[in-house]
Amino acid sequence: MLKQTPFHPRLVAFSQGQAWGNWAGYLSALRYDLSSKHEYFAVRNGAGFFDTSPLHKYWIRGRDAERFCSYVFARDIRPLKPGRAQYTIWCDDAGYVMEDGVIFRYSSDEFLLTAAEPNLGYFRQLARPFDVEVIDCSEDYASLAIQGPRSRAILEALTPDVSDLRYFAFAETKIAETPVTVSRTGFSGDLGYELLIPAGDALRVFDAIWEAGRPHGLRPYGDEALGMTRIEAGLPLIGVEFSSSRYAFTDDERFTPDELGLGWLLKGVDDTTRPFIGRDAIIRERMEGTSRWRTVGITVSWQDYYELFDSNGLLAVPDEIPVPWESMIYNDRDKRIGYSTSFMYSPVLQCHIGIARIKPKYAEPGTEVFIEQTVNHEYINVRATVTTLPFYNPERKTA
Amino acid sequence: MSDTHSYDAIVIGGGHNGLTNAAYLAKAGQRVLLLEQNNLVGGAAITEELRPGFNFTTFSYALSLLRPEIIAELDLVRFGFMPLYMRSHFAPMDNGDYFLIGPDAAVNRAEIARHSKADVDGMERFEHDTARVRQFIRPLFDSIPPNLFSDDPADTERMAWLVKHLGNADKKLLHDTVRLLTGSIADFCDDYLESDIIKATICSAACVGIKLGPMSPGSGINWLYLSMGEHDGIGGSWSFHKGGNGGFTQVLARAATAYGADIRLESRVSSLITDGGEVRGVVLDDGTEFRAPVVVSSLDPRRTFLQIADPRELPADLVETIQRFRFQGITSKVNFALDGVPHYPALGDRTDQYGGFINVAPTVEYMERAYDAAKYGWYSEHPYIDASIQSFIDPDMAPPGKHVMSCYVMYTPYQLKDSTWDAQRENMADRVQATMQRFFSNFNDLVLQREIVSPDIIEAKTGLSEGNIYAGEFFPHQMYFFRPAPGYSDYRTPIRGYYQCGSGTHPGGCVIGAPGRFASQQVLADAKR
Repeated sequence: MLKQTPFHPRLVAFSQGQAWGNWAGYLSALRYDLSSKHEYFAVRNGAGFFDTSPLHKYWIRGRDAERFCSYVFARDIRPLKPGRAQYTIWCDDAGYVMEDGVIFRYSSDEFLLTAAEPNLGYFRQLARPFDVEVIDCSEDYASLAIQGPRSRAILEALTPDVSDLRYFAFAETKIAETPVTVSRTGFSGDLGYELLIPAGDALRVFDAIWEAGRPHGLRPYGDEALGMTRIEAGLPLIGVEFSSSRYAFTDDERFTPDELGLGWLLKGVDDTTRPFIGRDAIIRERMEGTSRWRTVGITVSWQDYYELFDSNGLLAVPDEIPVPWESMIYNDRDKRIGYSTSFMYSPVLQCHIGIARIKPKYAEPGTEVFIEQTVNHEYINVRATVTTLPFYNPERKTA
Repeated sequence: MSDTHSYDAIVIGGGHNGLTNAAYLAKAGQRVLLLEQNNLVGGAAITEELRPGFNFTTFSYALSLLRPEIIAELDLVRFGFMPLYMRSHFAPMDNGDYFLIGPDAAVNRAEIARHSKADVDGMERFEHDTARVRQFIRPLFDSIPPNLFSDDPADTERMAWLVKHLGNADKKLLHDTVRLLTGSIADFCDDYLESDIIKATICSAACVGIKLGPMSPGSGINWLYLSMGEHDGIGGSWSFHKGGNGGFTQVLARAATAYGADIRLESRVSSLITDGGEVRGVVLDDGTEFRAPVVVSSLDPRRTFLQIADPRELPADLVETIQRFRFQGITSKVNFALDGVPHYPALGDRTDQYGGFINVAPTVEYMERAYDAAKYGWYSEHPYIDASIQSFIDPDMAPPGKHVMSCYVMYTPYQLKDSTWDAQRENMADRVQATMQRFFSNFNDLVLQREIVSPDIIEAKTGLSEGNIYAGEFFPHQMYFFRPAPGYSDYRTPIRGYYQCGSGTHPGGCVIGAPGRFASQQVLADAKR
């Protein structure tokens, strides 16, 4: 039996088709409405909520918590002030990315990490030489993302502490007389917040949010709409853009931070006062220029996509649901130069977009490449243009 | 004359076609001046905040026909283009039941089966056959029609292409096409469907904007025309632009300005300046003159040829054809500010039926009888209403918890028999409100304010003659190479340098942009000659 999140009793009532998927052993909605595009527009033009409770959550506490975190995680945690959070990754000794997550600094020696995959055993093993404890609190908390341009107005009706909350800051506050953590974070690439709520009080807080959100058109959204928004935001997803290097059998399945487009996390990698796992390999990769890939965006123009079908006597019907396979990418001489890991039609951008891994010499924005599509039971290449990520980045996200 | 009054091209009218035309010309490097009579651009595609926080789509109210080429070529996303998804069609019925079509094909099958099991595959055959007609017609729709009466090599080439294209159709496709182009939509539906509410829902789309009922021959072409649009590639589907169609025309204005066009508001053009059969510029009502070798009119054919131009400078056959070009506006809008959500008893507390259109057209006969009144110069006792609670689709249209509802009303003839719209406006709106109250049990209690836009007001505010929303009826003899007149369907006019780019040219009305785009192509092609 799959488990149910603390919000599940309410979520069931929202689900028109009871279309549930399996996320980390929990029932997780693929969509609530009959249309995931309808849910997607809640996030892009109103507000949507997404149940993130299946995330793994770990307290990292103790005198050495900062030292430990600065050793385990590739992104330097030392500048992170209490009340702030950061997106981070952890690598193996060869400099390949294992996983990613978001880490919240509650105090000088107390952090909370949220991650998609279980890591308790690994972190505890690494923690042995440190005065630090790693505690799995995944089931102690329910978590809920409220994303979209209306998210601030909804939460402001419930707590004064969101008004001035900056991007990637968080506050401990109360909603419906329940202590919660509200952070200005999310996976939608838009203005948005995430709440961490004691599991036993989840429904009380949920009901308050729903009441405040309903007049603003708040709607639930599921995994499909989440996928659409995160691709537009250019955010990598474990299991899609990459998988943990620790479970790979070959290096073709492993990627370095630079190859995944996450090099921006490695500010200060040369700082000799901070040894961290994978550091030497990353420095070597950069010195020797051995990166095999670059992660880029690709776009297919409306005209080219339409013509692809029209010239074959078919109607072009773009699909906003991300395709669940990789699409090969070629240069103008039909030589394979990469592949798109996520590909979809973007309703706000009015064209197809993809996150792609491509050989470095083709990664310059504006480069013309060709992506394979299946049309009339044949593989046909359609022209695409290399671009930077993210595709969609409204000012309100960080303003 | 100072340089600031001298341009490469002047566009008359800041409706969506004028804006589109100006944006294309400016993007091609022309120095363009757009002149708009009102204090905001948009023409019949505007959004107005008539009550604090309540935004009304005064006239046009949804988006579908807009050519996707324009979105891409003008890079409109960069300027804020954002079509929001309209997820459903909801049709209340006299017996309290309903027909509700939404985004899931399997759920739709079940809903159709509730009304007629035979209509499940009937509807799918109807959709497939009409999709083939759309696919066949689309290249004609999306190209400049050949001028049958010209020996220009471009026209000879277009004519040859047209004959070849028609020859490619199989028997059924060609016959279906001609039946839709000339016949009635009700007859066409009868071939596929049994259920009256399902037929009524389809037929209602044929009754928007034309002075014909669903049983009239000629309603098919309007149905076909209005189904030529798309949203995100889904044929025949509609969207709601962020902020309404006024939000869309603001996007166009930002694009045109960014490409370098000057937009001048409150500048009503009174006449052309010509010299020896060539255009030299325009004169405003206040006497201000602007000079340009190209002037493009986005106004309707009557105003383009008989008011802005001097008819004495035009061939008599053109003047005569334009004089008999039929406008006969037939539509009104009644827009409501609502204090809450209308209640449909059979659906309890559900609100998902409000995510798109609400079609108040419970039977085919209901619509035909609504049309009957118009034939004799009166408005419908029981109007057909194409409604939408737009604040469900875009929450920024109304304050939290409140709503705006756009009601498009058929049939309300421009010319009333022995009365005026000043005398009848409130009564007409009362009938609309009574109709909504008949289906939505709390409707009257919700109404905070209503805006009534009768055909005379459409004419006065937008300049569309007789309030015809398409800038001329969609009759077969007023379409394609006859729009607006035989021999003048190529956006040129007999006055050299004077062009037309309004909805009175091919392909026609709705927020479509194609006339503005095609006219810009013609202007730029002629400039190279």
